[in-house]
Amino acid sequence: MSAGPVAAAARPTAGRRFPPVAELAIGSLALVVVGGILMASYVPRRPPLGVPAVLTAVSAALILTSVFLLSRLRPFAWGRFFLAFRWALLAYVISAGMIGFAFVRDHTRGAPLALVAVMLVIFALDVPVIIAFTVARYSSPPHAAS
Amino acid sequence: MTDVGRRQAGPAELAQGPPRAQIQVVPLRGLPVVAAVVVFVIASIAGNWLWALTFCHVVGGALWTAIDLFVGLIIGPILGRLPEAARAEFAARFMPKMVLLMPTLVLMTLAAGFQLALREGNLAPSSPNHAWLIVSYCVVGLMAVIALGVLEPANITVLVEMRKTAPDGAVIALLMRRFVYTSGIIGVMQVATLIIMTRVASQ
Repeated sequence: MSAGPVAAAARPTAGRRFPPVAELAIGSLALVVVGGILMASYVPRRPPLGVPAVLTAVSAALILTSVFLLSRLRPFAWGRFFLAFRWALLAYVISAGMIGFAFVRDHTRGAPLALVAVMLVIFALDVPVIIAFTVARYSSPPHAAS
Repeated sequence: MTDVGRRQAGPAELAQGPPRAQIQVVPLRGLPVVAAVVVFVIASIAGNWLWALTFCHVVGGALWTAIDLFVGLIIGPILGRLPEAARAEFAARFMPKMVLLMPTLVLMTLAAGFQLALREGNLAPSSPNHAWLIVSYCVVGLMAVIALGVLEPANITVLVEMRKTAPDGAVIALLMRRFVYTSGIIGVMQVATLIIMTRVASQ
């Protein structure tokens, strides 16, 4: 080992500016969480879908923008990104599946269930994108030397 | 991420301590326990089993709240004052456990709690607990965004960084600071959860 954390502390951490991939994904996550709270606050009644649908649409737009910005990154530690992404995706698909199961178990049907499903898909994508991007950005130049 | 990174030496060496051989981002030995908990929670919800739902919600919630308060308000400030090498050494042992423990506790508490509230009629608009539960959704929602959007990515990135042959100390310090601050914020928010849940339980 040529250098430890203390020795390496002199290396710059902010030498490269990244697009707001994580920020957009966090915004997307916040919107689906708000939409989910709105939907859950009506259980066991049928919730009005207008506001949650708008929040979901904006959330989807944010995560798509985030993924678009991410896809344009060069050079980027894609190997590390996908390694982190696939394990996080597995974990959050299980989480989302359990939340979906709770809604199905509580007799949510039709359009509300479809909207919840879309929200859960976004949720299951948001968190892995945030985790994987955060991991990979510190493995990309100027940090790639390590 | 579950594979094991090998390092010949690390911050421990710099701190005159024993060398650390391995850092596991996700402790594989914990996965069967997580799987068992998830299966138990699913079975509790599917069976609408009062004791099991109460157990999952109370035990999961107590551990979640206590760990958040302890880490945020006790461990965090201590960690913030430690030398960087000591912080990194602590993180290498502590954070892999948190990677599995906290999401499992959160899942257990929320899934069982929602089903329990529905079963007990607390979600009905006429229930005196309805408004309190909506407030608790908001508190949990905010904590979830902070935990999933900031704290957990920082936690995992520190571990990945420490598996490198030459970890960047500045990156570890930056992300550990983020971990300490967000833990503190979540710890304070858990006080609100305690107030809400004791209020719900006593009405």
